[in-house]
Amino acid sequence: MTPNAIEAEGLVKHYPGDLLALDRLSFAVEEGTVFGLLGPNGAGKSTAVRIATTLARADSGSARVAGHDVSAEPTEVRRLIGVVAQRGGADREATARENLRLSGRLQGIRWAELDRRIDELLERFGLADAADRIVRGFSGGMERRLDIALALVHRPRVLFLDEPTTGLDPEVRADMWQEIERLARDEGITVLLTTHYLEEADRLAAQLAIVDRGRVVATGSPDELKRELRGDALHVELERELNGARAGLDRLPGLSEVTFDGRWLRARADDGARAVPAVLAALDSHGVAVASVTVARPSLDDVYLRYAGRTFGEADRDTAVVA
Amino acid sequence: MTALRHTGYMTATHLRQLWRQPWWIAVSLVQPVIWLLLFGALFQSVADLPGFGSDSYIAFLAPGIVIMTAFFSAGWTGMGLLEDLDRGVTERLLVSPISRPALLAGRVVQQTITMVIQSLIMVGIALLAGATFSNGVLGVAGLIGVAALISAPFAALSTAFALVTRKEETLIATLTFLQLPLSFISSTLIAKELMPGWMQTAAHFNPVEWAVVAGRAAALGEGGFGVVASRAGLLLAFLALAAWLALRALESYQRSL
Repeated sequence: MTPNAIEAEGLVKHYPGDLLALDRLSFAVEEGTVFGLLGPNGAGKSTAVRIATTLARADSGSARVAGHDVSAEPTEVRRLIGVVAQRGGADREATARENLRLSGRLQGIRWAELDRRIDELLERFGLADAADRIVRGFSGGMERRLDIALALVHRPRVLFLDEPTTGLDPEVRADMWQEIERLARDEGITVLLTTHYLEEADRLAAQLAIVDRGRVVATGSPDELKRELRGDALHVELERELNGARAGLDRLPGLSEVTFDGRWLRARADDGARAVPAVLAALDSHGVAVASVTVARPSLDDVYLRYAGRTFGEADRDTAVVA
Repeated sequence: MTALRHTGYMTATHLRQLWRQPWWIAVSLVQPVIWLLLFGALFQSVADLPGFGSDSYIAFLAPGIVIMTAFFSAGWTGMGLLEDLDRGVTERLLVSPISRPALLAGRVVQQTITMVIQSLIMVGIALLAGATFSNGVLGVAGLIGVAALISAPFAALSTAFALVTRKEETLIATLTFLQLPLSFISSTLIAKELMPGWMQTAAHFNPVEWAVVAGRAAALGEGGFGVVASRAGLLLAFLALAAWLALRALESYQRSL
């Protein structure tokens, strides 16, 4: 068995104002894999990253990264990790090359080697032409690529990417996904990625932990998680909200996990196509008009609904945003 | 060793920013130059008062204004740090193996180097305005050394304050509240003998007064080496206290994350 690059055990973190950001959060990341922490805003993903990267301290629990305990040996951990925070953090008054040089020097890389490494990174991230320009004038995508290059100067063993594509244009996001895939494949680097984009987690992560209200509610590969959901997802859009009565839907054979969210009805069906007529008949008998029906193979959204008890969109709206 | 090396890198980073906007030094000197010329003219006849002790007011005033400029501009050191905190630069540095003191010391050293340049320009302008520095080049060097000793602790305190409050408005309000009183409760503008008794007492505990007395003694040769050395000692102790507070503030900032 490959050793774990990251092990978080029972992390608890309170913030002033009685805010419980992490509630005994645990997860493990196998070396050389891409691991996704998926959850809505405020679920505690960023707090977990802050603790694992030695920026914040947990109230209780422990974390080991690249073989070192984050609170006992923070300096060792800092030499072995690269971090791309949500806000980036490049010096915007300096050039790309100056930023890279400072990062490399602080990591103790020798001049001659550092200059080679910087040229290599600038080339690789498509910043060679912009190397000596002030970062202030960079586009969002360029700045993000520089952030990642900055985190890689010292060839870290573990790379943390906190919401790496938030705020990027769709095309830039697609480029970034390719870049992250390439990193994991070519360099054998372990990547921990937090995201609140389901499709991002689905595409990039080999293993996932779904985080909700500071706890891990489910773990597994995206496929495993989706397979755990029996059958298809049935989404019915109603003409108006259904009050009270569930129209006897939970008693229909082959239908389970019926939930209502505003004008939306969601359920699982062993065989979606076959369940549709019965569902429509049951709704019709209660005088409920139907606007649309979709039957889909389970998505991570459905996984999230199953484990967190609410849809992703709801959770994003409900939870106070904790940076 | 690592701390010194990292302080060097950070100082170079901040100085480069200044190098790219050198006009900023000129802007920062507008106010002190106006004071030097305005107060110099306004209070000219103060020197004639019995008990003033000096016969040229501008010669008396010039070292005071150099100290005042050093102490005023050091107060703004925290503004750059606030910008870094805001943009995530500080957090990025904190997850790197940077020596923690170096993270703040870089800014303090950069501010102090900037202050030396400002002081040299101020001395030049004072000479043009008719001031004399009777202790010559060595005296001016002593004055600038003392100015560095008041600049560094206030720069450190400013970074500490920025880390604790994290608000530009609070830093600006606090500085505007503190700067003038601290200058007035000192012999920056007027001989101590002419100050009311309670102000003379309060001035004993004012680091700005220590710097003004030492700076003036160095530049004009009043009171001899002992005056300079004793005040410099006090300022060094003040710097040690300020550095300690700044490091505590950085720890408390990180605890709050």
